[in-house]
Order: sequence, then structure tokens, then C-alpha cells
Amino acid sequence: MSKHVLSLLVEDKPGLLTRVAGLFARRGYNIESLAVGASEIEGLSRITVVVSVEGLPLEQVTKQLNKLINVIKIVELEPEQAVQRDHMLIKVKTEPATRSQVLEAVTLFRARVIDVVSDAVIIEVTGDSSKCAALIKVLEPFGIKELVQSGVLAMGRGSKSITEKVLK
Amino acid sequence: MSEVLTGAQAIIRSLENLGVTDVFGLPGGAILPTYDPLMDSKKIRHILVRHEQGAGHAAEGYASASGKLGVCIATSGPGATNLVTAIADAHMDSVPLLAITGQVGSKLIGTDAFQEADIVGITMPITKHSFLVTRAEDIPETIAAAVLIATTGRPGPVLVDVTKDAQVSKAEFVWPPKVELPGYKPVTKPHGKQIQAAAALIGESKKPVLYVGGGVVRSGASASLLKLAELTGAPVVTTLMARGAFPDSHPLNLGMPGMHGTVPAVTSLQKSDLLIALGARFDDRVTGDLKSFAPEAKVIHVDIDPAEIGKIRFADVPIVGDANEVITELNLELQKQPKADLNEWWAFLDNLRARYPLGYTPADDGKLSPQYVIERIGELSGPEAIFAAGVGQHQMWSAQFIKYERPNAWLNSGGAGTMGYSVPAAMGAKVAQPDRLVWSIDGDGCFQMTNQELATCAINNIPIKVAIINNSSLGMVRQWQTLFYNERYSNTDLHTGTDALMIPDFVKLAEAYGCLGIRVEKEEDIDKAIKLAIETNDRPVVIDFIVSRDAMVWPMVAAGVSNDEVKYARDAAPIWDNEE
Ligand SMILES: Cc1ncc(C[n+]2csc(CCOP(=O)(O)OP(=O)(O)O)c2C)c(N)n1
Repeated sequence: MSKHVLSLLVEDKPGLLTRVAGLFARRGYNIESLAVGASEIEGLSRITVVVSVEGLPLEQVTKQLNKLINVIKIVELEPEQAVQRDHMLIKVKTEPATRSQVLEAVTLFRARVIDVVSDAVIIEVTGDSSKCAALIKVLEPFGIKELVQSGVLAMGRGSKSITEKVLK
Repeated sequence: MSEVLTGAQAIIRSLENLGVTDVFGLPGGAILPTYDPLMDSKKIRHILVRHEQGAGHAAEGYASASGKLGVCIATSGPGATNLVTAIADAHMDSVPLLAITGQVGSKLIGTDAFQEADIVGITMPITKHSFLVTRAEDIPETIAAAVLIATTGRPGPVLVDVTKDAQVSKAEFVWPPKVELPGYKPVTKPHGKQIQAAAALIGESKKPVLYVGGGVVRSGASASLLKLAELTGAPVVTTLMARGAFPDSHPLNLGMPGMHGTVPAVTSLQKSDLLIALGARFDDRVTGDLKSFAPEAKVIHVDIDPAEIGKIRFADVPIVGDANEVITELNLELQKQPKADLNEWWAFLDNLRARYPLGYTPADDGKLSPQYVIERIGELSGPEAIFAAGVGQHQMWSAQFIKYERPNAWLNSGGAGTMGYSVPAAMGAKVAQPDRLVWSIDGDGCFQMTNQELATCAINNIPIKVAIINNSSLGMVRQWQTLFYNERYSNTDLHTGTDALMIPDFVKLAEAYGCLGIRVEKEEDIDKAIKLAIETNDRPVVIDFIVSRDAMVWPMVAAGVSNDEVKYARDAAPIWDNEE
């Protein structure tokens, strides 16, 4: 099983996400994470998808995605040449005795507390997947009440952009 | 110059401007606005079908017989869902099809309104693309884009779903519209380096095979294929979708490969050292068990759809491009090099041809031999006719025992295997090619799925000929029960034979539909009936051929089994392994 991060530049058309997600389901490809949002160009969106493929070349996945009329460009972002970020909100139980330990972990991981009540805090953390996983492990003993996370966002390093190349 | 049209008028005008001359459909509430200006069109003939599935298959037959776009129209909800089987069929067989459906008003979408169905969602996996149009001003551009997508690159079905309010409201009609599809750029011209690499492999090969698929038919590459075959001297096999892409009378033609392919065709692939796959997709019905398929062969894979290349089998030389353009370029390259000596290869193949010709054991139960009936239809009709088959034994015999000399003469549902394809497809083919003799060769099972289109044929003066190969059963399924289920015939008896309940009586049914109905039970009457059918053109003809239900399709490679296990007849495997 190998994981790949794909960055898709797509036309922002109704049903686009259904087309992409449906293709993955129908062809038996596994989506590990998905993040969708506007790109820097009006009418175009960016999808970052982490796909795990087993027993078939990634090429089959990208070729099938390329057949979708609204998909303009697909780039695989290799870990060395791209930055990757997860974004997470974690609601942790706090008691007077544990609060300071929780806050210490927040500082240590360069996370932020964005909401506080007497018996809980909401922590926001951004980072690569391993950092986020490590923070979760540290916070678990205190009691994680709720966890929300976005899909992985990824972008190629350096000054070049995918959109530039496409729209030339 | 521009004028203001309703969306409905814009649909009709756009179709006219795109050169559409025939459409098949059936109206209903959500598409009614469009049927009104359709009535006034002098350029478009609308043929009212009896079931929307018939409209879909008719449009497919129209497209497959002529190479043009096929168009079908239906209303929302059940009208649209009735098109689904035909759309799926067109998707599997790369048929250029435009399906236009009415949709409930845009304000009602999502409310479970009367006759609302999310047809764009339903058909997403089985269309090349689809559009939902909610504004009249978007209609010309959308129709033009849909037609472009359906007919270029790898052809396929495109659905345009138009809300009722978009049909009723008015907008300026601008033609030609600006079609912007930044994500759609099919590659048709092959890479020069790949052509050279392919020519080099061909030069080295001692046992090449031209493995020809339906893409050659769709791309109109038969003439260049003929040249390629003669330049290389390589054997040619034509898949079920490609029968007629290369003349059957040509000495290089080994026939059809696959589950019911000829022994020489199946064996040539198995023993080959180089498969030159042209517009073919290594379907499981061709490869059999993949691990043991053509174990020694390198592969040159030519396809216009990059995703087909390497999907099933690794390609040593992948070539993305239109089959005709690729073959033309390849021919130029091959002319520069000497023709390889394939004498040894041909000695091996010719021996197989001599020992394992296509054949059949005549029926011994007093009924007709279905293979003979089909062979006679082919011989008496000649290579200019069109033959549209249903799905089952009769389809395989039609692929085997009719000699095809030109592309687009053989129409069938290859990828989907859709029972019910034949009658409406033949109808569509006859509309596209009115001067050709058009046969529907159908099973008694298939025929009962879509025969209501005989009414459409009779009323609209579309004189097709239907040959029902009546074995009183779901024959192909029965054959599997004979071979793999200990002759336990669970639910395959249709009781349509003359010694059964004969429900329905196909001759009476034909007459009820205003057709000439003929029953043939004796061998000596076969030719007479076929000739009468060919001569009768004032109405459709239905011949009920009463054939043996025990006839089986041979050769056969059982599903999932290695091609090495091809059976020439029951319990008879060819002995080619020890001849090397
Ligand atoms: C719509 C549909 N339903 C079921 C099948 C499965 N099937 C394949 S062949 C066959 C039998 C067809 O019977 P008939 O039309 O009498 O043709 P025969 O095989 O007897 O020539 C069936 C049921 C199918 N291909 N399509």
C-alpha cells in the first residue's frame, strides 16, 4: 500500500466533487483525505487528495481522473518537494489539576488555545500529520471530547505554480 | 446577427446547426416545451419510439451504422431512467450518443417533485460527461460542447438535462457559441518516437499478431489497417467489436479471438511474441485468465484513451492517438524497413486453420441448426447489408458465421451485453442507412425485451428484417447450465417454440404490429423465407426460425480460465502444444 498526495486543478462546476469521489469509489481507489477549496483563479478550485493505492500503478488513478472533463491538471506532490499541512481542532477535558499540563503541551507543540471554558479547552494545531498525531497522543490521557480535522493541504515548494503552467 | 429564442427553440436550432437530422424520443411533461418547436423543424426528423430504451438503442444503431452522432430525447424521471441501459451500453462500446432529457423546474429540483429524478447523478458513472442546464442562455454552448465531447477523442454518451424553466424562458441565441473546455484535449496525433519504437519491435518479431478492436471501427481506420497488415504480413484477429474492421475474406484474417473465438485466433495470441493492439482494451472476454494470457508477447498498445493503456496489460510501447493517424504513421515508418520473414509462424497458424476451422454439428432433433440459418442470412444478404444482433448464442453465431467485409456492417452490444439491443439498433441503422438491407438477428429472449419498436418501424416506414433464432429458451444461459450446472435448467425455458406453449406466437405478434410474419421449421424453407424478407420492403418482416435448443456455441474458453484451455467442441481441446 503506498500513499500519494495529488493536487488537482478543477473547474468549479456543480457536481464536480461527486464526479471525483464517485470515480474513486467506482474504481476501488481509497481516499485517505480530501480538501477542496477555491484556488487563486476565479472559477477554478483546487482539490488536494491523499490516495492509497494497492496493487495498481498510481498512473491508472491519474489517467482516470484526467478523463473527467472538468479536471484540468493533476500533479503528484512528492513529499520532498512539497509542504504538507493538516489542520485540527481538538476539544480536551480540563480539570483544575490538569489544566496547566494541557497548556504546557499546547506550547510545546506550538498549538493555540482558541476557546476556554471551566472544564474544557479547544486547541487548534497546524502541522504535518506526524506532529498532529503526536499531539493527539499527548492529549489523550486528559480526555479528548471531540476532534475535527481538515484534509491534508499540500503545495509544491519553490516559486512555480501549477496554475501558471496550465493557463499558458 | 442574433435573435431571441426560447430555450426549447434554442435546443432545436442548436441541433439543426450541428447537422443533426434524425432523433429518437418520446415526450412527457418536462420536455414538452422542446417538442413544440421540434414539430416545426424542417431539418430534423423525430421518430416516436414506444419505449425510451428503444430510443437509446436506436440512436446507438444509427451512430454505429453511420459513424455519425446518435441523438435520443426523453422526459424527466422515468423517461430519463428508461434511457439508462442504452446510455450504459453506449459507454461500454464507445458510441457517440447525445441524450437530451427534460428536468423539473429549477426551483423544484431537490424537492422530490413529480417525475423528478437526478438523472445527471444516476448517469455520472456511465457517461463521458453530463450537463444540467438551468438557464436558456446556456443552451447553445452546452449542446455544442456535448456534441463535441460525444464525437471526438474516444466517443461516448453525453447527457444534457434541461430544466423546464430553461426551455420556456427566452435568451439571445448566439451561434456559433464559445465552447470552452480547458480540461478536454484528446490527443490524436501519435508521438514520433513511439512510432519508431513500434516499428523496431515489429521488425524484430517472429510471431506478431494484429489484435484489432472496436477503436479501429470508430476511427475509420480500416483502409490503413489493410495496408499495415499487408506491409507486415502479420495475422489479424478482429474482436467482437471489430468484426468487419478487416475483411473476413482476406487470407491474413484468423477471425475472432476470445471466449468464443476461433482456435487459430485464440492460439495466435497465446503463442505470439508481439501483440499489436489497435483500439482494443484487453477485455476479460478476450484475455481469459490474465496471468496466462499471451505469456511470451511484448505489447504495442495503440489507443486514443490513455487510461486504456497499461490498465490490464503492461505495454512495452504505449502509443496514445487516433487509430487511423497512428496506423498511417506506422505504415510510413514500416515502409522504410524490410518485411520480416514470418513463414514459420504462418506454417504453424495455417496448420491450425486447416485442423480447426469454424464449424458445427447439425442439429439432430428435427429442428433447424441455428448456425446454418445465420450463415444463410449472411450469404443471401451479402457484405453490404447491416446485421444487428441481440445478446446470447445467436449473437456469437452471427459474429462467427456471417462473413464481414466492411466496418459498421456488424452492430452488437459487446461491452455491456444488453439483451434488447437488436431490434431498436436495427431500426436506428435503417434510418441512418435507408438504402442498405438491415437485419436484426435476435434471440427469442432478447426479442421480447424491445420488440414493441416494430410498431415504430411499421408506422414510420422503416422496413427492417428480424430473424428470431427461436430456441424456446434463454439459450446462452442454458448452455452454461448444460456445461457447468449439471444440466439443471433453472428458469431458462421461455416456451416460445412450436412444440411448447408458444407464448407468444411470434408470427401473430408480427402481424399484430403490421409486419410480415413468417415461420420456418424446415431446412428447405430457409432460403425462400430469407429471400421473401429481402424482397419485402413495404413493411418490416419477422421470421420465426424454429431451431434446436441443444445447439451450443463452440469453440469456448470458459470464464476465468486460461486461453490455453480453449475447447474446440465439448470435451475436445485442440492439440497444439506438442507441435512445437
Ligand atoms: C438485459 C439482460 N438480462 C440478462 C442477461 C443475461 N443473458 C445473457 S444471454 C441470455 C440469454 C438470451 O436468450 P435469447 O435472447 O433467447 O438468445 P439465445 O442465447 O437463446 O440465442 C441472458 C438471459 C443479459 N445479457 N442482458
